[in-house]
Amino acid sequence: MSASLDVVINGQPRSVAVGTTVSGLLGELGLGERRVAVERNREIVPRAQHATTTLAEGDRLELVTFVGGG
Amino acid sequence: MTDTWKLGDRVLRSRIIVGTGKYASLDETRAALAASGAEIVTVALRRIDLASKQPTVLDAVDRAKYILLPNTAGCYTADEAIRTLHLARELGMDDLVKLEVIGDPKTLFPDNTATVEAARRLVKEGFKVLPYCSDDLITCKRLEEAGCLAVMPLAAPIGSGLGIRNPHNIRLIIDNVGIPVIVDAGVGTASDAAIAMELGCVAVLMNTGIAGARKPVLMAEAMRLAVEGGRKAYLAGRMPRRDYANASSPVGGLIE
Repeated sequence: MSASLDVVINGQPRSVAVGTTVSGLLGELGLGERRVAVERNREIVPRAQHATTTLAEGDRLELVTFVGGG
Repeated sequence: MTDTWKLGDRVLRSRIIVGTGKYASLDETRAALAASGAEIVTVALRRIDLASKQPTVLDAVDRAKYILLPNTAGCYTADEAIRTLHLARELGMDDLVKLEVIGDPKTLFPDNTATVEAARRLVKEGFKVLPYCSDDLITCKRLEEAGCLAVMPLAAPIGSGLGIRNPHNIRLIIDNVGIPVIVDAGVGTASDAAIAMELGCVAVLMNTGIAGARKPVLMAEAMRLAVEGGRKAYLAGRMPRRDYANASSPVGGLIE
């Protein structure tokens, strides 16, 4: 069994496999096709770097999108 | 006669900007946007719902038809507002942003000082900023100096539907700033929108005034017509007010 890391996604704790990338995480969450902006430890991860950015222990991620609003 | 207005280098025909919040369904959102005739629509930015695979507001907003105006609703500091807009930029938007920095949860009145600070920083970063602010001329002047494309003073508290509480202040702002004035917040029904336009606002921004109506799509149409009517009345120039009557029919030639 591969080792895992503890991260926090939108305020919720989650375990992911060591080596998981942002793209991998979005795929795992079923968000691969959705328009999502990603912040990791308060720094934006540009879409072009989703595939090359690997998550680390304790990372805090914000996954956001547009919703209805005034 | 084509009666367009400019927002930066954009030329717009519609003078109504509408929000996308509080609708019963995305179908209703879509129908209300169409009935309003809006070219610009606002959206908010939130954490994505990881539990739901439901379509989102972007499925209701045809990007080929509408300019997306992300807002910073719910932000209480300049830093939060700027962080939110960085995320909006990453999500993919047009270059316009609706800046709101809230000062108090009960009234949702803006923190004008923080709004001016955020506006300065965002303009330096290249954002085209439309700030929600109090109906206060000096704040509007500071926002103009900061490089905002327009100012958006409130007519009444957000979502209150109380109409134009201080038409005199709105008029003073219109007369004393050189950028478009858009009334944002407080419009409750068609006559409120018409009043804003008769005062000389270039446009009106609303959400709950439409979404909170019993029949939102019909109200969206009413708002479109009211904005058009108010604008035409402004261009036509209203008659002077008189304290006493002035007969419309000839006063001479009466039968005896």
